[in-house]
Amino acid sequence: MNPTCLYGINGPVVTIKNTPSFKMREMVYVGKEKLTGEVIAVKHDLTIIQVYEDTSGLKIGEPVVPSGSSMKITLAPGIIGNIFDGIGRPLKAIQEISGAFITRGLTPDTVDMEKKWNVRILSNAGEKAYPGKIIGESTETPLVKNRIMIPPNISGTIKNIVENGKYSCRDILAQVITQNGKIENIGLIQTWQIRKNRPYKNRLALDQPLITGQRIIDTLFPLAKGGTAAIPGGFGTGKTMTQHQLAKWSNADIIIYIGCGERGNEMTQVLEDFSKLIDPKSGESLMNRTVLIANTSNMPVAAREASIYTGVTIAEYYRDMGYHVAIMADSTSRWAEALREISGRLEEMPAEEGFPAYLPSKISEFYERAGYVKSLNGLDGSVSIIGAVSPQGGDFSEPVTQNTKRFIRCFWALDKNLAYSRHYPAINWTDSYSEYADILSNWYSLNVDKDFLNIRKNIINILNEEKGLADIVKLVGIDVLPDEQKLVLEIAQVIKTGFLQQNAYHSHDSFMPITKQIKILKIIILLYEKCKTICCCSVSLSQIKETKIFNEVCKIKYQEDLDYSAIINKINSLEFL
Amino acid sequence: MQVKHIGLNEIRGSLVVLKNIKNAFYDEVVEFSTNFGEKRLGKVVELSEEYTIVQMFEGTEEISLSNTETSFTGEPFILPLSKEILGRTFDGVARPADGLGPVFFDKKMNINGKAMNPTARNYPRSFIQTGISSIDCLTTLIRGQKLPIFSENGLSHDKLVVQIASQSKILEGSNKDFCIVLAALGVKHDVANFFKSHLEKTGAIERSVMFINTFSDPVAERIITPRCALTAAEYLAFEHDMHVLVIMTDITSYAEALREISSSKQEIPSRKGFPGYLYSDLASLYERAGMIKTSKGSITQIPILTMPNGDITHPIPDLTGYITEGQIVLEKKLMHNVYPPVSILSSLSRLMKDGIGEGLTRSDHLDLASQIFSSYSRVQEIRSLASIIGEDELSNTDKLYMKFGKEFENKFLNQDEQENRNINESLDIAWKILKILPIEALDRLSPKTIEENLQNIKNEN
Repeated sequence: MNPTCLYGINGPVVTIKNTPSFKMREMVYVGKEKLTGEVIAVKHDLTIIQVYEDTSGLKIGEPVVPSGSSMKITLAPGIIGNIFDGIGRPLKAIQEISGAFITRGLTPDTVDMEKKWNVRILSNAGEKAYPGKIIGESTETPLVKNRIMIPPNISGTIKNIVENGKYSCRDILAQVITQNGKIENIGLIQTWQIRKNRPYKNRLALDQPLITGQRIIDTLFPLAKGGTAAIPGGFGTGKTMTQHQLAKWSNADIIIYIGCGERGNEMTQVLEDFSKLIDPKSGESLMNRTVLIANTSNMPVAAREASIYTGVTIAEYYRDMGYHVAIMADSTSRWAEALREISGRLEEMPAEEGFPAYLPSKISEFYERAGYVKSLNGLDGSVSIIGAVSPQGGDFSEPVTQNTKRFIRCFWALDKNLAYSRHYPAINWTDSYSEYADILSNWYSLNVDKDFLNIRKNIINILNEEKGLADIVKLVGIDVLPDEQKLVLEIAQVIKTGFLQQNAYHSHDSFMPITKQIKILKIIILLYEKCKTICCCSVSLSQIKETKIFNEVCKIKYQEDLDYSAIINKINSLEFL
Repeated sequence: MQVKHIGLNEIRGSLVVLKNIKNAFYDEVVEFSTNFGEKRLGKVVELSEEYTIVQMFEGTEEISLSNTETSFTGEPFILPLSKEILGRTFDGVARPADGLGPVFFDKKMNINGKAMNPTARNYPRSFIQTGISSIDCLTTLIRGQKLPIFSENGLSHDKLVVQIASQSKILEGSNKDFCIVLAALGVKHDVANFFKSHLEKTGAIERSVMFINTFSDPVAERIITPRCALTAAEYLAFEHDMHVLVIMTDITSYAEALREISSSKQEIPSRKGFPGYLYSDLASLYERAGMIKTSKGSITQIPILTMPNGDITHPIPDLTGYITEGQIVLEKKLMHNVYPPVSILSSLSRLMKDGIGEGLTRSDHLDLASQIFSSYSRVQEIRSLASIIGEDELSNTDKLYMKFGKEFENKFLNQDEQENRNINESLDIAWKILKILPIEALDRLSPKTIEENLQNIKNEN
């Protein structure tokens, strides 16, 4: 019997017998159609493989061919602006081969190998070649310069190097003699194993915020560059919408958007919208800084598990070039369920709710790949990870949410009731938190306003006080409260509608610079202080309300220019009531 | 040549185990012939060198280890298709159930389908007018969308679906290429008849294809039925450029069938005993809705599911909500006074924002909808306050909200089973009811929009 023949098939999990030479995590080609698979368990007499494509039609006895190495992805110019499936195959190229529906067994190149890039060489022959050293660069998109690096596992001396000119991914740009005399060819292209972290020199402190233009995030629950955040929420609470907003407006250099087990139409929407949207800073299409990874919910489940790693590996590649990369993973719950499904087929002992016992360690591995680092070539770069979590039944006590909470430091809890009343983003201000707020305080006082932290604290206090009062109002009605407390409710309402609520479809409201955010907050605080003083001196709250000042403050977010003197004058003139 | 294997090695629920089968493949269709003259179908669900596990669609009743011969057909489950299927009725595994004989096919398609490439999809943007105010204004149905109805036993979801099916139309372009595919998954006989007779009454039966699996039919068939229906829909939509509305009822019985089979395969269960792959499995149905760039047709899905005990966090509605593009939730509280009893606050259409507004429906639509959601959610707060302190103690504004809530339910949500309101009518009714509230309370609408529309209404009066 041929030793590399299929022995058993159970959905995406297949087994082969008597093959001690297969390595753990090795990539293999299964069957006559050469479906891509990966070794996930090696036993004495049995090797278990998960197949990344549909296995129907496979027969016992079909050949299984080892590839010799573990799951790898090609890293090269041409990745940005493209859309890939979970194991890094370009979906546009697949469409050209197989039409509107995805057929299996296709292995097109990750990037266009024939395309000629304009390469500017930055090194000379004879120079020392160390891992990560930048030997040249090419313009990948108008927004991203692809820096050509010596791969992390090669060091030595540059033997020869080409002149400036046009080269494709097939061309050799330089040759490096390693210490033991071996000659390595360096090109535009390098490959990396998706489950392995790319090395860096050292980690740096997270002291810069990822500015998103979303008011509730930037002021109340900020995320640091290189940090990790989770957005949990039941269906319909706006996880995807929030992720889209962050992908559109955050000040990262590169966005990796991983659609992991989500809707096909959403990926199409991102493709269409981002191509049309213009980056406010550079005037270029947003697609020029975006990479999409799509494993929609009806694509093979094993590839869903890999999609997360594919995304992070691409992110680390650009981090090493000195970019700030933000990953949006939507949704990590689907990824965890993919783990559960494969684990079930392997008949492993389940822990909570059928999830495998290694779920927490897998989640932590993923989030730990975020960070602000000095890369091997000395450039600073970061990978921030924002993972959506889809808890079953919207219940945050389930295993994926709970385990994620342990490894992230920024928690944006989405609230069903806010979403029902169409308050978007439906981030609940009492359940959410950010551990970065303190670390970033320096940056905020230097770059935004020295009073920033005080103002933020004031706002949080008002919202908390309102929460207590709202409970009383629910029992006895609002009329019994004294004016002072009614004022707190009024101001909290202004904060909620005039500040926290943000309309993603409004051309001016979709994104708000942090400088403008602080101005609006100051106006709200001014309004509060003013009303508090005059409420003590015999002016009733209803009199103030008649001036409609609260409604007007709510609407200043839509004002285009930054001149707020009219509204400030009106607030100051309240005392002459 | 087909080889017949005599006898079986084991029977486990709807699964049978055979030993020493050569050349079988995963997902292959298997034919069983019994010595009492019955033919049954099954498919290979797991295999190894020693044994092959086959799932029998029609159940294993009266099968013994010795009375059955098995032959492997050498094909996966394939559906013969042509335009002739319009007007036909099939059983749960796509055999003609109307006595009109087999379909002369011009194409055979694998019922499992293939995943649509996201780069080849067309993002759905055309508004479908259903003539039902609550859906058109607040949870707009878009061509190519999958919008399920979350219902409970005893609610009028069947009536609602029939009304949607008979009234739906596109505002621009022609409506003649419209057809309906119905997949009845474990329904009662009279529900199946209800759909049939209604489609006959409206003449829509000529443009419909039905796949019926009733409660008395074998459970394992139920897994095949929706896939047959969706394959037929894909054929009509993408080969013949038709606009297909797929109605699947009841997804709850489908998921329960899946659980039953999973447990007979001795798989490790996850929540409430459902298999861990329930999400992927449901997605493999729902994701087959949509439009592609290479064809003019579309598949719009309205799956119906009954929430066990009205619990929206039950795995079936929960996972469905995560896959579909919104949901229309029906609630018991409204059932006696309001038809359709749509609970608008928990309902949502994710594709709505791109399919409405200037040039599509009306420029005020999005803001108006947002205002209604916010005002009606305020109504709920005030109602719960009123139940504690009494309605008399409410402030004047709050009393207006109470009135607004009542009018909204009686005049806007409530409509006749045959009443077909166009989108302008529906939006105007909403404006008339919003007029009850003081203008300051309309914080989601710009003063200009308010003025223009309230003026219009005054002029009419």
